[in-house]
Amino acid sequence: MTGIVGYGAYVPRYRIKVEEIAAQWGKDPDTIKNGLLVQEKTVPGMDEDTITISVQAAKYAVQRARIDPQEIGAVYIGSESHPYAVKPSGTVLIDALDIGPDVHVADYEFACKAGTEAMYVAYSLVKAGEMKYAMGIGADTSQGAPGDALEFTASAGGSAFIMGSEKVVVEIEATYSYTTDTADFWRRELRMYPKHGGRFTGEPAYFRHVLGAGRGIMERAGLEAGDFAYAVFHMPNGKFPMKAGRTLGFEKEQIEPGWVVPLMGNTYSGSSPTGFVATLDIAKPGDRILLVSFGSGAGSDAFVFRVTEEIEAVRDLAPSFKSLLEENRIYLNYGEYAKFRGKILMND
Amino acid sequence: MREVAILGVGMTRFGELWEMSLRNMFAEAALAAIDDAGVDHIDSMYVGSMSSGLFVHQEHIAAMLADYLGVAGIPSTRVESACASGGLAVRHALFEVASGASDIVLAGGVEKMTDGADATDALASAADQEYEAFHGITFPGLYAFIANAHMEKYGTTREQLADVAVKNHDHGSMNPRAQFPFKLTRETVMNSTMVAEPLRLLDCSPVTDGAAAVIVASMDVAQKMDRPIVKVIASGAATGAIAMHSRKDPTTIPAVGLAAERAFKQADLTPEKIDVAEVHDCFTIAELVVTEEMGFVELGKSGEAVSAGETRLGGRIPINTSGGLKSKGHPVGASGTAQIIEVVEQLRGDIGERQVEGARIGLTQNMGGSGASCVVHILEGVS
Amino acid sequence: MITPKYTREIPQRYRLEAGRCTGCGYIAFPPRLVCPECDSRDFEKISLTPSGTILTYTVVHVAAEEFSTETPLPIAIIETDDGARLTAQVVDCAPEEVKIGKRVKLMFRCVQREGHSGIHQYGYKAVLED
Repeated sequence: MTGIVGYGAYVPRYRIKVEEIAAQWGKDPDTIKNGLLVQEKTVPGMDEDTITISVQAAKYAVQRARIDPQEIGAVYIGSESHPYAVKPSGTVLIDALDIGPDVHVADYEFACKAGTEAMYVAYSLVKAGEMKYAMGIGADTSQGAPGDALEFTASAGGSAFIMGSEKVVVEIEATYSYTTDTADFWRRELRMYPKHGGRFTGEPAYFRHVLGAGRGIMERAGLEAGDFAYAVFHMPNGKFPMKAGRTLGFEKEQIEPGWVVPLMGNTYSGSSPTGFVATLDIAKPGDRILLVSFGSGAGSDAFVFRVTEEIEAVRDLAPSFKSLLEENRIYLNYGEYAKFRGKILMND
Repeated sequence: MREVAILGVGMTRFGELWEMSLRNMFAEAALAAIDDAGVDHIDSMYVGSMSSGLFVHQEHIAAMLADYLGVAGIPSTRVESACASGGLAVRHALFEVASGASDIVLAGGVEKMTDGADATDALASAADQEYEAFHGITFPGLYAFIANAHMEKYGTTREQLADVAVKNHDHGSMNPRAQFPFKLTRETVMNSTMVAEPLRLLDCSPVTDGAAAVIVASMDVAQKMDRPIVKVIASGAATGAIAMHSRKDPTTIPAVGLAAERAFKQADLTPEKIDVAEVHDCFTIAELVVTEEMGFVELGKSGEAVSAGETRLGGRIPINTSGGLKSKGHPVGASGTAQIIEVVEQLRGDIGERQVEGARIGLTQNMGGSGASCVVHILEGVS
Repeated sequence: MITPKYTREIPQRYRLEAGRCTGCGYIAFPPRLVCPECDSRDFEKISLTPSGTILTYTVVHVAAEEFSTETPLPIAIIETDDGARLTAQVVDCAPEEVKIGKRVKLMFRCVQREGHSGIHQYGYKAVLED
């Protein structure tokens, strides 16, 4: 059996409400909230970035895995907001957690799918017998352009998963990926904000790949919606994952526990992985969980997870995701948010 | 070792001296000291400066200033101990003369702070760069650490801190060389811009240009000169941990207590015997703590003492009659030497309005950074 | 630029690596060659417990240029639970919440960013324990 032996998620404490951003641009907040099904989003502190978020999530994962970090043989961070264009995020993390130097490190990118691909590669190495433990992380602090629709949802957070074959907490029963060249959302080198194809990001992009991967994995694994306790999908807004889930035959009650976007926003590479961690706050041994990510460009990675008895022993070894998402929130106004996100032209 | 005297003193005024360069300020102060001493040569010189490198990108100033003083050829040494550079430069001149190696030595300090360098950053280099300044603490911030701890432990108040500034400005208003020769009220101090809680702008000594110098001579050379002379009867110096967080009790500055203890022992005196003192009030809290460290007031009682007027001109122990660093200004490397000048002039009895009647024994206390170095001198009026 | 110095300091900044004197138990952070308490030259390598108490603090309003956009900036002297002392920013709270005696956790954050082109300098910061 190979699967997750330790997991952790982290979101910063800062938030900004949809009303604040709407007021800034003269938009009606209720229209936005009803359209996106998002109320507020997480904002990284000025001293936080994809690396610090990954480090914190990874520390929680190590706490739950109860292993010596030195035994981790590979570390992969997937993000679309790595702090450097050239210089890895993963190397900072290994030195922070005292992993290595005999470790393989690579940074991954594929829009919002970068986290699940890091997870997939980490899992595959352990399954192949290459190493005892490998860690895959999805984290982001992505930017939404001022005044653009994405500004209401682009947020910060991430999750880390340590894969192994002993004392597995969540078994990985199946994996499946569905990928094509579809330019729905992109950012050219040296540009600060991405561009997107408007409504083209819906049916031909998100839904084609999420449904393709969802159907593909369920067929491969011989499962149907009723076999799952929870289903988690990439959450660019509140509506897309609900619609995808219902289309695949899932009930609202299966989708809601992992549907953290109304309070978190879209943490890009951290989105579906973090929704998945949210379900682990409450999952019981034997529960099956479906995870389908989506990354523009485009592709989806899918996993079928099965929670084991070990969950009871490790769940409380680190803070619950619910506590991080809902407690001690610090709300910002738009000016503070713009300062935190470096959107103000400084004299430097 | 033979007895040593201060034979001559000289300084520039302190302030934003836009028209003066580092080299010209030092030369002006040095020439004034040489004229005051009436000597026709000097054997060597010591120059104190915290960071000519960071402020004006000039190192090697011991040699440069010997050159600009027209005495290139004599030995010249740069002394650095952050804000204690000026006092420490004098200490080394004392040793050179006391040992018999030289008869007449110039010692002084200079700092040029207004030529555009980031002063907050340069001053923070007196702290632990990697483990204090790296995290954003500033020089005022380090003293604010002391202030908050002192207020928590002893109940020292915001008003008592302000009274140090008020007193020193009262004194400084009588000093024509001071950068800020005007009086202040408690309210003005307490309403000034916040710098590092609880310290406000008027709790902090300013950014200043200036130079100060003294001529140190052996007593027998001095006695031949027919000039007023003041004997140096003790020099005590000490160091302490560089980082504030390494000090056991953040309400104390151990290097000050240690340096003072050594000086009092050498002079065979106690604090009550001191008639006038110049202490290192880089921040109002600093003056409070050092008066406790040196035994002028009981531990924890310095706030009460200043508010009761014990340390003002006319009080039990007049402190900082020059206006202190606060009102007179704080050209970092020069301050220690300027303190000695004030005490020498007090002991000569010719300082004018701010004279302490019958002053015979004076003390100077000069420290670097958040107190990791300290030098204390005790002087006695002879003629 | 300053990468050699920064890289050398990674064990302290990232992992709180210190030296505990085998003679008297004094903890040197950063590690030292000789114990300032008992003169011993023998230390064992430890990592500090990332939690402690605020001994004193200030809120910096006038900061050096690198920190000018972060003011008012609370900074504290912290005594870790294993008895070491260090200076760190206190973040993710209102400045008024910082008080002598409060408990903190040490977190991994970016302490300085070297302009637009230099390196990110990561290290420890304190967060108030709720």
